[in-house]
Formats: sequence, C-alpha cells, structure tokens
Amino acid sequence: MSKAILYDSTLCIGCRSCEGACAERWGLPYNEKIAAEELISAHKLTAIETHGDRYSRRLCMHCIEPACASVCPVGALQKTALGPVVYDPEKCFGCRYCVQACAFQVPTYEWNERLPHMRKCDMCFERQSRGEPTACAAACPTGATKCGDRDALIAEAHQRIADKPGDYFHKIYGLEEVGGTSVLYLSAVPFEQIGLRTNVPHEALPALTWRALELVPDVVSTGSVLLGGIWWITNRRAEVAKAEGKRTKAEGRRK
Amino acid sequence: MTRRLPKITVWRAIFAAIMLTALYATYRRVMYGLGGVTNLSDRFPWGLWVAFDILCGVGLAAGGFTLVAIVHIFSIERYKPVLRPAILTAFLGYTLVVVALLFDLGRPDRLWHPLVMWNPHSALFEVAWCVMLYTTVLFLEFLPMVLEKFGWHKPLGWLHNISVPLMIAGVLLSTLHQSSLGTLYLIVPEKMYPLWYTPILPLLFYISAIAVGLAMTIFESWHSSRAFGRALELPLLASMGRVLAVLLSVYLWVRFLDLSHRHVLGLLTRNRTETWLFLLEVALLATPCVLLFQRRVRLNPGALYAAAVMVVFGFIANRLNVGITALEANSGTHYVPRWSEISITLAIVAAGFATFRLIAQYFPVFEQAHQPALAQARQAEEEPIEVG
Repeated sequence: MSKAILYDSTLCIGCRSCEGACAERWGLPYNEKIAAEELISAHKLTAIETHGDRYSRRLCMHCIEPACASVCPVGALQKTALGPVVYDPEKCFGCRYCVQACAFQVPTYEWNERLPHMRKCDMCFERQSRGEPTACAAACPTGATKCGDRDALIAEAHQRIADKPGDYFHKIYGLEEVGGTSVLYLSAVPFEQIGLRTNVPHEALPALTWRALELVPDVVSTGSVLLGGIWWITNRRAEVAKAEGKRTKAEGRRK
Repeated sequence: MTRRLPKITVWRAIFAAIMLTALYATYRRVMYGLGGVTNLSDRFPWGLWVAFDILCGVGLAAGGFTLVAIVHIFSIERYKPVLRPAILTAFLGYTLVVVALLFDLGRPDRLWHPLVMWNPHSALFEVAWCVMLYTTVLFLEFLPMVLEKFGWHKPLGWLHNISVPLMIAGVLLSTLHQSSLGTLYLIVPEKMYPLWYTPILPLLFYISAIAVGLAMTIFESWHSSRAFGRALELPLLASMGRVLAVLLSVYLWVRFLDLSHRHVLGLLTRNRTETWLFLLEVALLATPCVLLFQRRVRLNPGALYAAAVMVVFGFIANRLNVGITALEANSGTHYVPRWSEISITLAIVAAGFATFRLIAQYFPVFEQAHQPALAQARQAEEEPIEVG
C-alpha cells in the first residue's frame, strides 16, 4: 500500500504548524519573516497560502508517475514503493530539468550556493518507513493534513464529501491530475480558486517523452543498416568508376 | 631582437574586452553560484545558457554530420572541399557546448555523473551520452588534420581503417541527439505556448539542424575565403544553397501542417509578444527559402551569404523561442538574461571564432590554401580524361 497525504482546505485554519514542523524536520530556519513567505523555496519546502478567507497548502505532490524522476538524467529522483518521491543529493549534478519539468512547480534550487542542491518535500520518507506519520500531519491541530494509505484516504475524502455535500466542491484534486498524485486535496470551492493548477494534463507526463525516446533502438538499428547499405552501394559505384577511369586513361595513352 | 607585440586592431580590442568581462563573470559564477550571475529562478530554471549555448550551439554544429553523410556515405565527392571546415566547426561547437555546460550546471564537478548514473527514461540522459560519444567521434574525425600536419602516417592509417563505422556512428548519434533536444520539451505540454509545443518537436529540431548545418557551411566558406584570400567554391556553395532551399521548404511546410492540424493558427491573430517573435522566426526562415530558389541569388556570393546568415538567425530565433519565449508566459515571471549571462555566451562564441581561425591557419583545414600543388594534382588525377 502506498502512502499519501490528504489536505482538506475546509479544515485548515492557517496556523502554519505544518510549516514550522517541516522546517524543524529539515533543520531549516523558521521565523516570522519566513512564515510570511507564501511560496515554496529552497528554504521553505511547504507553504500555507491565503486565498481570501480560505487557505491552501503547497508541497510536493508525489505524483504516481513523477515527471521529475523520469527526466533526471542521473536518476537522483526516485518514486519509492512507499509513496514518497525521494532525492539523492549525492547524485544530482544541477541540470535543473526537474524544476523545468514539474507541472506543479515544486522542485526548488539553491541558487545562491556554491555547491547547490535541489530541494523539495520528501513526504518524510524515513519517518514513514518507521510507520510514523509525516511531520506536517503530526503537527496539524485540526486534521486538515492527514497522512495514511492512498486508497483509504481517497475513500475517506469521498466519505467527507458525501457527509457534508454543502461544504465541499465535489471533486478530489490529485485523483486524475498528471495520472494521479500521492497528495490529495479537498476544497469548498473549485480548485483554481485556492491556487491549484487545473490546466495540467490528466495523463502521466513521462509517457510524452517516452513516445519519442522509445524509438531510439529503431533509429539506431534501421539507421545503421540504411547508412551502411547506402555507403556500400555508392562506394562500389565510385570504385567501379575509378577502375573504368583508369582503363580509359590507359587506353587513351595507348592510342 | 625584441619580440614585436601583436598589432592592436578593433577586432582584437573587442575580443579582449569580451574575454576580460567574461573572466570577471566567471569569477562571480564560481564565488556566488548561479544566483550571483544569472536571472534564473525556480519559475524560470533554464535561460540563455541552455537556449543559446546548448540548443543553438549543438544545432549550429550540425554541418559536421551533414557533410560527413554527404561526402563519405552518399559519396558525393565534390563536396569534399567544405567537409573539413564543417568537421572543425562541429568539433569546436561541441567542445564549447561542454564549456557552456560547466557554467550552467549547478555542480560542474559532477559533469561525469551520467556516465555511471543512468536513467534511460530521460531525454537529457540520452543527449548527454550522445554528445559525449559524438564529441569523441568528432575528435577522431578532426585528428587527421593534426596528423597530416606533422606527417604521422601510421596513426592516419589506423584512423582510415575505422573511418566508415566511425562516420556512420557519428551520423546516427547526431540524428539521435539533435532530435532529442526537441524531446526535452515534450514533458511540459501545459507550460509551453502552443505555437511551439508539438509532439513532433524532435522531428522539427532534426530537420532544422540539418538546414542550419548547411547554412553554417556556406557562412564559414564565405568568411574563410575572405580571411585567407581563398577562392570561393561558388558552384559548390550554390548547389548547397539549392539543397538548403528544399530543406527549408520541407521544414516550413511540416511546421504549417502541424500548426493547422493542432488548430492553433488562430493564435496568430492575437497581438502578443509570442505572435511577433513567431512571425520573426518564420520570416527569417521563409525569406532565404524563397531567395535560394532563384538561380541569380545562388550564384551571387553576397546574396548567397546573406541568405545563409538569415537561416542562421532564423534558426537561433527558433531555439530561443522554444527555450525562452514559449515558456515565459506560463512561468509567471519575466526572464531577461543578466549581463553576466550574455557576457559568458559572447565569450564562448568569440572563443569559437578565434580558435577556428587559429586552427585553420596552422592546420590543413582548407586543402587548396595549404597544399595547392598537391590538391591540383589530386584533382587532375580524379578527373577522368575525356577520350575522343
């Protein structure tokens, strides 16, 4: 069973406990100034956003088929069986293709470091491996952020909508977006009103690249036979022409 | 005897200024990281260095594989006089792409990582391997110019023995990574402006790379004929102009079909930056296309050169549009390269020109310029004597 996070915007009171817990877990500084930044960055891996009187939360979506992991040329990003998409800073060579490819603009870069790394939420991989909830879920006083098995959380989300149909927009964000994510959202209003991207494709993104890349063996095999064949034919033609040229030359001399 | 200082000319002064500025920018890059020298951000992680130094750099070096294919695989021997300059351009181009990568990568000390850490699902992984292997191939294709200079015949013989598989590998590797540079952008369908995002981006990148490879060869021949006082191989360049015209029309037609099948031609009625930059790009490719179909343009050195330059600029406009323009609107930020980004890019281009000139001066790149007697003799031998 893979782990997931359910964030219920209707329960969130904007206390930012999740931000503080996250900063502590990563050993990042956290103060009032950083709390006021409603933007994820290399020093703030989750952020509470204010949208009028509603709140929303930004963190890595932990896609089922993550674009970042598929594009990373050195395989520094991996989707684990447990659910989190994890990052190995020892492999990363700083191409920032993950930052470019992510549909949710999650990976952030340490732009001002001499030896920089990419930074993003890893859904507390080592805590979850021990069976503990994520730091943000443990810190949440209202249950707005809940951690658990993805299927169970989806069932619970459907149940919440069914129990209080008037309180919710009747959809779960993260079921279909980019083929499904391991972070799910519930909201009282359509998702774009709490800052979520609703223009993302509903298919897994890595397939878009793979459709082109899977042709590589075909290009190599067909191409080498074709080019080799063309060379064989044209080279033979040139050899024949040369031999004939020599003969005509010789004949010319004889005359 | 006192050594005479090199004469100060305008071009040398400009060159020195570019290099000194870049040196300072390099210092800042090392000390303050990417943030200290670029206007890149989490919203806009790839800027001028990727769009120009890498996308354009690799493309502009495509003449190498195009001419190798023409001369050695299709055995169209009369293109031979422009083969070596094209190989040299390609070799320098790829070397400079690697130099640019050292600036753009966050951890240049880990440039070698893709060698041992694999992810075959990544287009960039494929590009990394192809560029690495192809740079090696280009080095081996360039090596004969050095070996001939010093008269080392034994290694020349070895190289000659592996030359056919080597050249076929070079053409294949180029085909793969020239197109894969387009594949890089397939993963961001919703981020890219629809005038540029298309599933056939790899194909478009490939055709345009071949076209610009030919244009660059014309460009180089024209410049080197002036620099070294060589006769211009006009009939040869004119026939390349003809091929270029056909390639450009195929490219533009495929581009039009793609836009119309995706029903995005309507976007051209919007008064947006994207529309104007798209039209600029198309105009820079369509104008030389029309011009090159005319015989009097192809046979006029100045006009032929102007058409080639337009193709080069049209190509650059296309890559900058894909790498920057198309991604800007959706990024929620405005990216303009910082002075230091431009300075490094300029220095890389300048280094390319200067190295080309130096190597062309001291090594047998242009056959006729260095071995006139030998070349003439060889030509006489190759031309069959007319009988009767």
